[in-house]
Amino acid sequence: MSYKIEIQGLDAWFGKKHVLQDITMKIKENVVTAIIGPSGCGKTTLIRCLNRMHELTPGAKVAGKILLDGEDIYDEKVDPVTIRRKVGMVFQKPNPFPMMSIYDNAAAGLKLNGVTDKHRLDEVVEKSLRVAHLWDEVKTELGKSGASLSGGQQQRLCIARALAIEPELILMDEPTSALDPTAAAKIEQLIRVLAEDYTVIIVTHNMQQAARVSDFTAFLYLGRLVEYGSTKDIFENPKSELTEKYITGEFG
Amino acid sequence: MRSYTFRKIKNGIIVSLAYMALIVALIPLASILIETILRGLPAMNLSFFFEEISPLGEPSGGIGPAIQGTLIVVALASIIGIPIGVLSGIYLAEFRQSEIASIARFLNDVLTNVPSIVLGIFGWTLIVVAIGWSVIAGAVALAIMMVPIVTRTTEEAIKLVPITIREAAIALGVPQWKTTLTVVLSSAKKGIATGILLAVARISGETAPLLLTILGSRFWFSGFTEPTAALPLAVFNFSQLPIDWPRAWGASLTLIFMILLINIIIRYVTREKYG
Repeated sequence: MSYKIEIQGLDAWFGKKHVLQDITMKIKENVVTAIIGPSGCGKTTLIRCLNRMHELTPGAKVAGKILLDGEDIYDEKVDPVTIRRKVGMVFQKPNPFPMMSIYDNAAAGLKLNGVTDKHRLDEVVEKSLRVAHLWDEVKTELGKSGASLSGGQQQRLCIARALAIEPELILMDEPTSALDPTAAAKIEQLIRVLAEDYTVIIVTHNMQQAARVSDFTAFLYLGRLVEYGSTKDIFENPKSELTEKYITGEFG
Repeated sequence: MRSYTFRKIKNGIIVSLAYMALIVALIPLASILIETILRGLPAMNLSFFFEEISPLGEPSGGIGPAIQGTLIVVALASIIGIPIGVLSGIYLAEFRQSEIASIARFLNDVLTNVPSIVLGIFGWTLIVVAIGWSVIAGAVALAIMMVPIVTRTTEEAIKLVPITIREAAIALGVPQWKTTLTVVLSSAKKGIATGILLAVARISGETAPLLLTILGSRFWFSGFTEPTAALPLAVFNFSQLPIDWPRAWGASLTLIFMILLINIIIRYVTREKYG
């Protein structure tokens, strides 16, 4: 199996606050990797470094290398916009564009990037909504507002929106934390299906969720990568005492 | 412990105070409207809207040129002022941290409070002295009045767009400038439209800057470099002789209706697609 992403000596700051320290990890293709850890440990910052969203915050800085298919995404010559087209992102709170229809939300990535071919848009919208397991629920009301859907449906719409730009990597930042258990379960099933074609990285504060959906797990604590390995090893046989304490709920 | 009855009485008192405050606030508004309608309606008939203005003291003609002149001057001022205001507002909201933005914001606030007669003098010195009393001079003076209002409301409307919406677009690989011009602007359009509406309504009724720029006229529009009539000026002129008071009220009512109409049109145009 090849590595999709190689993070090498990554450091990140918000102003003077050093939020990620010397993270090095390799992530395989077509697997689900979960990033777990207590609040404020840098989970979200880590994935926001992977699509160059971290640097959008005023005062934020990054150092180190991240190779996506062998190419350093922080190289001077790289335009962050092209990276973001290869990396889809799903946010903590479902955030469909409120003034757009369901159809336009799913098509947003293409439309905003200048695709006007109606035929192609129709095709991509249907395909993405099908993959996101939303098509059957919305196919007769594609013209309705994206904001009119339930929370779980909105989040699947956001997943469809991310899929429509045909990314190679999908980042999910606690995608179920704002959802009820039934809606969350649907998203979890979907993540497993996505892993057949995509590399998925999911941040979660829910350890059971990490155990259920991921193949690999990384445990972050105070901005450092404490342990990284197969999910089975991390949960059943952690090497670090800190990991064990976190997994067993001694702190968090 | 205080009893339920006591809390109920207290609640009743506060609620009635609030209603009384509301009524007090509405009295001037209602009395202006009622007075204008009662006095203005009798002056109105079809020819009142379409005839040229007769000389002062001969209240037989209409206010056609004044309606036309106001529409033209306000439209021209909007064409000049709205783009400048909206673009400045976008700049202030998008680059809110920069030094230039904070200076611009301060100057903008100062400009908001410049008395309108000063803008009239400004338009007079800048344009009237060069090309004479003209529609253009009036439009420029009114445009300068619009810009700070539109700028401020555009900035506030854009700042209210949640960061999550912006990030969603950026994460899709949409460049930042395009994110602003598409997703952010369309989320903020209702607020921006409200600002434009406020500004248009505000300048439609301005008299002082027009006195010094378009001068006023009794005849139909005859060119952008010529003087023209306007409703506020007509009201001002008519009010000088008691015999002309009825048509002053008629012109006032027309002006109020026009502003109301602008309100309704803009509300309709910017209505939420998904309510």
